[in-house]
Amino acid sequence: MLKAYKKYIPHIILCFVLLFIEAFADLAMPEYMADLLERVVLGAGTREILKVGGIMLGYAAVVTAASVAVGYLASVVGAGTSRKMRQMLFEKISDFSAADFDKFQVSSLITRSTNDVTQVQLFTIIFIRIVMYAPILAIGGIIKAIANSTGISVAVWVIVVAVAVIVCSLVTLLLIVQPKFTKLQKIIDRLNLVARESLTGMMVVRAFGTQSYEEERFDKVNAELKNNQLFTGRVMGLFTPIVMFTMNGVSIAVIWIAAYMANDIGTVTSMMAFIQYAVQIIMSFMMVTMVFVMLPRALTSMRRIREILKSPISVTDRENAVKAEGLKGELVFDNVSFRYGDSEDEVIKDISFTAMPGQTTAIIGATGSGKSTLIKLIPRLYDVSGGSITLDGRDIRDYTLESLRDNVSFVPQKNVLLRGTVESNIKYADGNGSDEDMRAAAETAQAAEFISSREKEYKSEIAQGGGNVSGGQKQRLAIARALYKKAPVYVFDDSFSALDFKTDAALRTALKEKLSDKNIIIVAQRVGSIMNADQILVLDAGKMVGKGTHAELMKTCDVYSEIAHSQLSKEELANA
Amino acid sequence: MPSPHMRVGAPAAKPKNTKKTLGQLLKYMRSSLPVIIISFVFAIASVVLTINIPNLTGEATDALMSGVIQKAVYKGIENNLGDEALGFECSTMDELAEIVANASGKTKGEVTVKDLMALAGEDSTTADSVPEKYADAVMNMKLAYAPSLDVDAIVRVLIITLVLMGISGVLSYVQTFLLAGVAQKISYRLRRDIDLKISKLPLKYYDTTASGEVLSYLTNDVDNISTSLNQSLAQLVTAITTLIGVAVMMFSISWILTLIALVIMPLSFALVMLVVKFSQKHFVGQQKTLGEVNADIEEMYGAHTVVQLYNAQDDTKKEFDKLNTRLAAATRKSQFLSGLMQPCMQFIGNLSYVVVSVVGGVLVAGGSLGVGNIQAFIQYVRQFNQPVAQFGSIMNTLQLTVASAERVFDFIYAEEERETGEGAPQNAKGVVDFKNVKFGYSPDKIIVKDFSSHIEAGSKVAIVGPTGAGKTTMVKLLMRFYDLNDGAIYLDGKNVAEYSRDGLRREFGMVLQDTWLYSGTIRDNIRYGKLDATDEEVERAAKIACADHFIRTLEGGYDFVINEEADNISQGQKQLLTIARAVIADPKVLILDEATSSVDTRTELLIQKAMNRLMEGRTSFIIAHRLSTIKDADKILVMVGGDIVEQGTHDELMQVDDGFYRKLYNAQFA
Repeated sequence: MLKAYKKYIPHIILCFVLLFIEAFADLAMPEYMADLLERVVLGAGTREILKVGGIMLGYAAVVTAASVAVGYLASVVGAGTSRKMRQMLFEKISDFSAADFDKFQVSSLITRSTNDVTQVQLFTIIFIRIVMYAPILAIGGIIKAIANSTGISVAVWVIVVAVAVIVCSLVTLLLIVQPKFTKLQKIIDRLNLVARESLTGMMVVRAFGTQSYEEERFDKVNAELKNNQLFTGRVMGLFTPIVMFTMNGVSIAVIWIAAYMANDIGTVTSMMAFIQYAVQIIMSFMMVTMVFVMLPRALTSMRRIREILKSPISVTDRENAVKAEGLKGELVFDNVSFRYGDSEDEVIKDISFTAMPGQTTAIIGATGSGKSTLIKLIPRLYDVSGGSITLDGRDIRDYTLESLRDNVSFVPQKNVLLRGTVESNIKYADGNGSDEDMRAAAETAQAAEFISSREKEYKSEIAQGGGNVSGGQKQRLAIARALYKKAPVYVFDDSFSALDFKTDAALRTALKEKLSDKNIIIVAQRVGSIMNADQILVLDAGKMVGKGTHAELMKTCDVYSEIAHSQLSKEELANA
Repeated sequence: MPSPHMRVGAPAAKPKNTKKTLGQLLKYMRSSLPVIIISFVFAIASVVLTINIPNLTGEATDALMSGVIQKAVYKGIENNLGDEALGFECSTMDELAEIVANASGKTKGEVTVKDLMALAGEDSTTADSVPEKYADAVMNMKLAYAPSLDVDAIVRVLIITLVLMGISGVLSYVQTFLLAGVAQKISYRLRRDIDLKISKLPLKYYDTTASGEVLSYLTNDVDNISTSLNQSLAQLVTAITTLIGVAVMMFSISWILTLIALVIMPLSFALVMLVVKFSQKHFVGQQKTLGEVNADIEEMYGAHTVVQLYNAQDDTKKEFDKLNTRLAAATRKSQFLSGLMQPCMQFIGNLSYVVVSVVGGVLVAGGSLGVGNIQAFIQYVRQFNQPVAQFGSIMNTLQLTVASAERVFDFIYAEEERETGEGAPQNAKGVVDFKNVKFGYSPDKIIVKDFSSHIEAGSKVAIVGPTGAGKTTMVKLLMRFYDLNDGAIYLDGKNVAEYSRDGLRREFGMVLQDTWLYSGTIRDNIRYGKLDATDEEVERAAKIACADHFIRTLEGGYDFVINEEADNISQGQKQLLTIARAVIADPKVLILDEATSSVDTRTELLIQKAMNRLMEGRTSFIIAHRLSTIKDADKILVMVGGDIVEQGTHDELMQVDDGFYRKLYNAQFA
């Protein structure tokens, strides 16, 4: 995290120097004004006045130039560091395994890479422009104020009191509203939730005629929000009058003191400068206090970013990993167990089986039985917790991650398409491949028909997440994408669920034909889709409770026959 | 002093019809108008009271200055007493006063510096170099007594100032207090009206408006309006009052200085506009690039499994780096430009400060101005520049507000679902007739072309068809979520359009696959079907729906709270709860979505059992995914491309040679 700032240390030092110059010039001006007025009172001529004025204008120009330069440097540092942070996060997260993603959740990873980085960037810029500047200005102001207090030295205490009043009242007000502020976000979330619920449940609400019930629910949060904001608004509203009163009060108090103590002209003109320094000092303290209000938020963002950067990646290449090349695709699971993270429960327990090229292995079981988890171990989306998986006789962890994944073509349950075209999506494995391969893959995946019915066919655009194609079409495009990638092992994770009976059947026939020499592994919910597989594994709560063909399992495996009976009529089972 | 508030934000989207929207907003605020006007009066009063403060403190400073000058002159005379140039032989001021008194025929206590100068000549004292403003006081200084500061007079001025400040502070706070109340009251009402509207708009409205948009009206837009009412309007009133008041004050001090300040003002205004214009352009650029980067992050993180499976990490990193570099450049420009505003304003401020000091100095030396006047004027110029700098951002916020208000009012005043009849069906039997039904989501795209069917009370109707065939359309028509383009649906022989929508819907139950539960207890969720149901009724319904058993295994049983994402119970359990909810509502006609693959086998069996119980004695429409359901249905409706293409029993439809249903049915045994 600090690495992002390393490159900018010279910039920050330069900023510091410039801010010093800026404060110096800024603080010089009131003194010159006092000097000018003293000369005027003592009868100076226009020439003399203009000379002092010229010097002041010079200082004003220095202030502006330094301030612009600092602004430029701050934006360079802010933009540069946030770019670096975003890049480090993105690269780190790209290499995260599925387990790492589970640990942080996608939505949290997204906010960390976007919002949190923006927060830190904002704070970096404010830090340079305010946190670094205010103390310089405050200290300089104090020195100048003391220097200009000859004859009225008691007035220095006025500044001390004013600063104390403003800082204390700001802190007190913040302490009073803090609990409400913390609650505010929760109330807003709740308001959003209730409204979102009545939006998503629109049909149900109307079907049951419960509009007034929904309104009551909403009204409760709405009133709570109103009261919360009213309270914070009214309490924080006190701040401006307090500041105004204190600032003006400082002038009055200083003049009051001078009325009793001043004896010569110089004291009165110095007093005028003194009042201006007092204002600058108070403003600096106010700014710093304000920044402290922002600080916790920025610190939280920094911590959240650092958490990612520090987090180890759970699936990586072993030392001496070899490249997987020219594999046949013999897959052996040997006593494989798996648990998520640090959890005690094993999701997969002691599973052993062999899947050979030219065969179809189907996996069936209830939701939560561990089917999907089991096959995610093959391309090492997760690593096994116990036992081993071998591909062509070698532990898959001994291959380089990249080459292993080149040898497994996998269709995930959640079909994610990427922004681009139909072509860029199907050709995802290799953008330079031939159009014939692409068309063949689409043909097998039963996607060719709807693709050609579109105006731009393979050049049709795909929106982010595949928002502009239906669920069934998305699934077929994802299958086409996997078929286009040539590999000895093909894995389908419940990939036919969104397809109607007819398409499902046609697809299975085509697959059988095109992938006849490949090792095929299918996870399914419908018995109808996998009845004809060479071997069927039945999972129940992470354990394998049956292995065999449909006919064998109907006789030997209770869980299997229960599933089959619930889905198909006797007649259909007999037909099979 | 750099201020984080002095940055330039996004340009406001231009509202389409400002006048109309403002009218609507005014109508909305009518009941609060007196309070708003009072608080504006308070704001103006508060400013007016403070306007004189720099003048008063200036006056006090001048009194001070005058006092110290007198002291200086007096001391000067005293020091020169022995000087021959003076031409008097005396060693104390008292003796001098006596000499002057004798010469001018006045008493010793009466003679002044003026008398001394008349006697001894112009250059006898340093008094002639005193600025005119203080000259009178010096001339009238008595020679017999050492001058002293008129502390009481100064303190009097200061006390007046203090009182004014106090009153002004209280007024300003009262104004904030009142406006906060108004703003919150109005935002509360706006949010309530938006929420009320959600359930009054026809479902068709949401075909073109995403729910995220409605949520954004509820939070962002209402927030904008509230901020405007709370701050910007008061700021505007205060700024205008300050401008006028300060201008008057400045003129009263010196017209020359005022003219100088007024020349600098348009300069600063122009500079502000220039910076705003430039930085807004770049701000938009930055936001756009930021949007692209965020979209890329979202897409790639969401697709990370695919990215890894296809070894595409390097490509995505490269692609991201390109976008990220572009963003950094845009951010740099935008941040720099928006940060320019502050030094620019500061320079203008300092420029007027210096010019006022210099010109003021010349005026003091040669004219009627005092040092305190200059002090006051410097403060006025600061006060004058502030509202000018604020105008840009206030106008931007107000424009943003009008655009927000326009969106909110467009929603609140959108056309509601029309009632075409009234009352609810009494003791409905459940005979449903479709007669020449014609329907399309838009009139130029009719999907249900001409559908007629007679459905007996208590019969079971299956709706089948490939994915995307629009099977839920039938649900929406039966529930009157959408209105027919032509033809009619009859319940027990009476056109359903003759009932009120609510009344009719009470007779229809719905169990959809997309289970909707809200965050709350299980008991409340089941009771949702009949809000006045007793606990016994709730539990009986749960038993009928086969949900009682699993509910009792949960912590707290019926009082188990379903969380916000509704993910602390399984999909299948959710379906059982929606069935229980339908049981308790006891409708005459049922619309069901069959459970699909996302439910595990055992729960699926439970759901089937529960659904069968629920369907007993009711006319039911089932969106079917399973063949067993279809086969024993009393009637099957086959849908393709949104239209019903075939209807009949399983056996009848299997007879149709080239029938769609027959092909669909046979396909699964391929």
